Amino acid sequence: MSATSSQPVFIALQTNNDTLSLIEAILYDNPEATIEEYPAMVRIVAPGRLVVRRASVEERIGRDFDLREIQINTISIAGEVDETEDEFTLCWKL
Amino acid sequence: MHVEIKTTSVKPLRLTFGHLARRFGDKQATRYQEGTYDIQPGVNFHYKPLWDPEFNMYDRRRTAIVMKDWYALKDPRQYYYGNYTIARAKWQEAQERQIEFLEKRGLLFNLPVETREAITFSLVTLRHYEWGANTNNAHMSAYGWGTAITQATMMNCMDRLGIAQHLSKIGLLIDGNSGKSLVTAKRFWMDAPEWQGMRHEMENMFVTRDWFELFVAQNLVADGLVYPLFFQQLDSQMAALDGSFLSLIADFPLRWYDESGKWVDSVIKVAAAESEQNQKLLSEWVAKWRAAHAAALTKIADRVMGKHAGQAVASVLDVFDARCQKLGVARGSV
Repeated sequence: MSATSSQPVFIALQTNNDTLSLIEAILYDNPEATIEEYPAMVRIVAPGRLVVRRASVEERIGRDFDLREIQINTISIAGEVDETEDEFTLCWKL
Repeated sequence: MHVEIKTTSVKPLRLTFGHLARRFGDKQATRYQEGTYDIQPGVNFHYKPLWDPEFNMYDRRRTAIVMKDWYALKDPRQYYYGNYTIARAKWQEAQERQIEFLEKRGLLFNLPVETREAITFSLVTLRHYEWGANTNNAHMSAYGWGTAITQATMMNCMDRLGIAQHLSKIGLLIDGNSGKSLVTAKRFWMDAPEWQGMRHEMENMFVTRDWFELFVAQNLVADGLVYPLFFQQLDSQMAALDGSFLSLIADFPLRWYDESGKWVDSVIKVAAAESEQNQKLLSEWVAKWRAAHAAALTKIADRVMGKHAGQAVASVLDVFDARCQKLGVARGSV
């Protein structure tokens, strides 16, 4: 893996019934992340790297999940995106 | 004039209902949690039902299974009315397209007579099994305890009607929409000696009062044998003879079986893990109904699969036993 910086990355999501378990999964997989709550929105900030794992989300929502479904409820992101079928990663590449 | 735009956020005092907060803490609840937990009345039953004065309207004593919290039997699919109907509507659409494909090309109608008869004898007759399963799940919904399980059995109940319709539709494709195959299939179900074992077991299930035993008998054991046998074994055998498009028919029931199997497994697993008595009871029920259903199915398999029947039934039973082992309700696990 190439070197990454530890500058903060974030993902801002709408808060609705669909993102409840998504947010829970992200916080579980990224113990260093902090959550900022706004009206109808949350911003999850992590130092350097933030990962969304398909398996963790599926476990919580009880059905198959396509990581591209994240886009429906995403408001904004900061960081370079690295996307596979199993993981959606945000980081700053050096 | 200077205008300053500011966002003001109001923090709500409570994020969810009291009964959900007591279970999960005060955080936003999912729709499934809102539509499931503690929905069924649990106390203050003022009137005994006239038709069953021994019990309350809802009563935990209607099954020998004991759970500290019946809401532990949650549905891993997290189906509530909204997302359940949406999920099924999607399937229905896909299914209709497949049926249309078969219909336009006359793929079933143009099959050789013997193959069409074999499909009528096996798959079309199975619609009566599905109707029975519908009735059984209605019983569980009526007499079960706790919305977690009764709403899922009610959805299962509706699913069975859908599958019965799907099988009937196959019959209509075979007989060119005359309905003849449905009449024939009904006769098979009522009179064909090979089907009488299964009809007998179906009627035994109709008179099983313990709703959790019925859950084991129908949703775990009977389905666990019928679906793999008819939609995997029989299907692959027919595919070898008449072209693999027959698998289009089996696609929907198999997909359903996979999906609802996850729910059945999770219910059994949680109930068995609750206590040794539960586990013992469940294992006994599994053994009892496995023997009954396997014997009944063997007769049908012998007729429709001929010399492959023995092997097909054996492999279905192997898979089923392995599944029970994993759930902790196999005979050996007591």
